Amino acid sequence: MKSRHKKLALIGGALAIIGIIAALVLNALNSNIALYISPTDVAAGKAPQGKVFRIGGLVKEGSIKRQADGVTIAFIITDTEKDITVNYKGILPDLFKEGKGAVAQGKMTADGTFSANEVLAKHDENYMPPEAAQALNDASNRAAEKKAGESAATPAKPGASY
Amino acid sequence: MKDRFNLYRFASPATFYPLAGALTPFFFAVAAVFGLAGLWLGMLVAPTDFQQGEGYRIIFIHVPASWMSMFIYLIMAGWAAIGLAFNTRLSGMMAQALAPTGALMAFLSLWTGALWGKPMWGAWWVWDARLTSELILLFLYIGYMALTAAIDDARRADKAGALLLLVGVVNIPIIYFSVQWWNTLHQGSSVNLSKSSMATTMLWGMLLMAMCFWMYSIAVAFMRVRTIMLERERNTEWVKTLLAGDEK
Repeated sequence: MKSRHKKLALIGGALAIIGIIAALVLNALNSNIALYISPTDVAAGKAPQGKVFRIGGLVKEGSIKRQADGVTIAFIITDTEKDITVNYKGILPDLFKEGKGAVAQGKMTADGTFSANEVLAKHDENYMPPEAAQALNDASNRAAEKKAGESAATPAKPGASY
Repeated sequence: MKDRFNLYRFASPATFYPLAGALTPFFFAVAAVFGLAGLWLGMLVAPTDFQQGEGYRIIFIHVPASWMSMFIYLIMAGWAAIGLAFNTRLSGMMAQALAPTGALMAFLSLWTGALWGKPMWGAWWVWDARLTSELILLFLYIGYMALTAAIDDARRADKAGALLLLVGVVNIPIIYFSVQWWNTLHQGSSVNLSKSSMATTMLWGMLLMAMCFWMYSIAVAFMRVRTIMLERERNTEWVKTLLAGDEK
């Protein structure tokens, strides 16, 4: 084995060891690296008690309730399994919308709601012109209607065939 | 058999110096062409985004800069490994020549990201895994430059810097996969080798800008490596003849 091959092997081995160390450390820190936890995790008691943390998920459709003053807002964050009501007073980012992602920072209150002091919008990685988004939306609506139509029609079928 | 390892000829500063000098204007020109085409496509042709409106157009700087910041680091780490294993002179010089551009790209990535984050997310900065690991990358670049600058002996500086580069390379996959491994505020990647979730004109604008950043990085790295070569090899015959030739 030439000395430069030895050195290359040494470098490769060192890199592998550093990689394993990093993987172990990151794995151990896993819960600290995550920016937010889901409503399911909160329901499972994984939320820090009496401390500030962030929850994230989707803003439930039709759940945004604005008080008359315009800045006091309540909405529901959901991961489609569990819901958490979030109370917030302040300005929301433009991309904060029903059905879209959001991350809220704050504390759990005694009545099981989340009192937020900061709300951030989380958008997805899709970029397209509005017309394309509209077309996609229409198509998924049609598909949903068709599915609903079929399931409504199914019970009638046996009777019709006889 | 003299020409057998023709490519290795350019591992010597004396032969690489004129080559880099000859190629630099070419890379600058190509960078300008790609940049103009990319900006035209990105700013004027590409459609408005359905959720972010016109604001998304900062992507044409942000993503190419982020890609470049990671890629330059990988190249530097590659040079570091070659330098440590084969004890070549060129590798340390190339790593040092690339470092400021890498730092610039990491800074651009963070800065444009902050400008983009405020209107879209509602925050200039969050300590999520993607943003934090990119910040660490910027610190790695700065740390590398500080470390190599602090050691007077160029060869020892190269060795110390190479070690830092190789240890830090573990950060690159962390940056890249952070959005998959942990939940972050930063969205997942829109483009990789197998898929794209962007409209075609947007994608092309971004790829052209990425090519522009590549060409620019190569051009400035070549300029910088030439200066480093002259400085480090100032006592060698080839530099003396070269400079004597200039004075005539």
